Amino acid sequence: MIFTEKKPIDELLSMIGDKRKVVLVGCGSCATSCKTGGEEEIAELTAILGEHGIEVLGSVIPDESCQKMLVKKEIKALRDLGAECVISMACGNGAQTVAQNTDLPVYPANNTMYLAQVERIGIFNEMCRMCGNCEIGHTAGICPITKCAKSLVNGPCGGQKNGKCEVNPENDCAWILIYNKMKEQGREDEFINQLNPDKGYAKYSYPRSDNLKKKAEEVAE
Amino acid sequence: MSVLKEAFDAGKFAVTAEMAPPKGADFSEQLEVAQLLKGKVHGINVTDMQSACLKASSIGLCAALKAQGLNPIIQMTGRDRSRMAIMGDMLSAYALGIDTMLALTGDHTTVGDCKESKPVFDLDSVGILNMLSQMEETGLDCGGNEITGTVPKFYKGACVTPVYEPQIMQIAKLKKKVDAGAEYIQTQGIFDVESFKRFMDAVDKANINVHIMAGIIPLKAAGMAKFMNANVPGIDVPDWMIERLAAAAAEGKEKDIKGLPAKAGIEMAAEMISQIKEEGLCDGVHIMAIGAEKNVPIILEKAGIEI
Repeated sequence: MIFTEKKPIDELLSMIGDKRKVVLVGCGSCATSCKTGGEEEIAELTAILGEHGIEVLGSVIPDESCQKMLVKKEIKALRDLGAECVISMACGNGAQTVAQNTDLPVYPANNTMYLAQVERIGIFNEMCRMCGNCEIGHTAGICPITKCAKSLVNGPCGGQKNGKCEVNPENDCAWILIYNKMKEQGREDEFINQLNPDKGYAKYSYPRSDNLKKKAEEVAE
Repeated sequence: MSVLKEAFDAGKFAVTAEMAPPKGADFSEQLEVAQLLKGKVHGINVTDMQSACLKASSIGLCAALKAQGLNPIIQMTGRDRSRMAIMGDMLSAYALGIDTMLALTGDHTTVGDCKESKPVFDLDSVGILNMLSQMEETGLDCGGNEITGTVPKFYKGACVTPVYEPQIMQIAKLKKKVDAGAEYIQTQGIFDVESFKRFMDAVDKANINVHIMAGIIPLKAAGMAKFMNANVPGIDVPDWMIERLAAAAAEGKEKDIKGLPAKAGIEMAAEMISQIKEEGLCDGVHIMAIGAEKNVPIILEKAGIEI
């Protein structure tokens, strides 16, 4: 899932400017899980905006705010309410999908942070930076691109102390985790002797798009 | 040809000194101090924004040192440069007569003084060494395209942290650095000769064949030593050194003499260098005086080192 956090209210108010009639679009998926775009948060933001003299004319919560066809359908309910702008309470992906479906200005209520593992309710961890070239086969299932603050591919820097990262001492050193896990798995020699090729970032170029139907046709040919 | 390489090839005890460019555009202070080092060291190792704090770039001060007849060693980190930028800088460095380099991953921007800067880390220390070695072997750049004219061949080095748990991880990475083309290695500052000996044994056991230079940091005060123990990974100043610095400070206070702790630091550094050389523990020393480079000739003289 995509982890989002709320923008400071002053930043949102500054974007809204002198507009006084708005509609809200939440998201029933990720933003609901991380409490930035579900029913509760819509009620909360409606109240806060009201205190600032901004009227919320209506709101919808698509099951997923990043489904273009779904958002197109759901947002119709807000079209003729006379709003001056739309506030998206999803991730950047959802906010852009909303923006593609309205002529009104769309303002994001959230900052989009990272691709998250849900450890349990309310606890999230960044696990993957979507580099396009998965490394974890030779790192015991732990991603050094994400879990190492420097994305090192050839082992640790000199900066760990007691197994913790110099960048953020709350984080474990990824390479210590990798070493310990490989040792547990009887792969210590593999760890010591592996020479990883330099990480290439050609596949990291954005924006990326994919068309599975077209790909299947190409394979068939 | 690299003066440092020549020293190793001739079986000499090699000495380099570290120097940081200023946070500014005036090199006069650095160049003045560098003159004091002329004929005393095999290279002046110019840092690349150490501790991720903004300074003039390494290549600039290296070029200025070269122009004054000194032997600069360029430090190159992957923190602020993509592989293209690193290779481009190294081509320029070679064109400016710089033939010795030190590859480092670099400290993270979050520990530095320009925290909004985007960390790059396209290549780590091993990656930088690999890229330069491949260029030397093939005459091709980092994209596989031909380089025109002379293909630079640097004398390449890297760093290692001897005080590290589990040590096998540093040894494994050291091996990768050497396999990637590092021919000399300078260590993080060492303070305890016995633990350094254990590290050197581990290097021998792993069959790693490379010139190792012990990192020497002359201590200036007990507070500095305590701060480094608490904050700098891989630094472990033993209590007796801290006590000697504190005793020097107390003596200075009593007799109203300034600079006694720094003097004690210089003596301890000299004693360690001379022990390392006499016992043949490694092939040389790299002195990191952290702003007090003018003391380097004094330390070397006290240690009885002539190059």
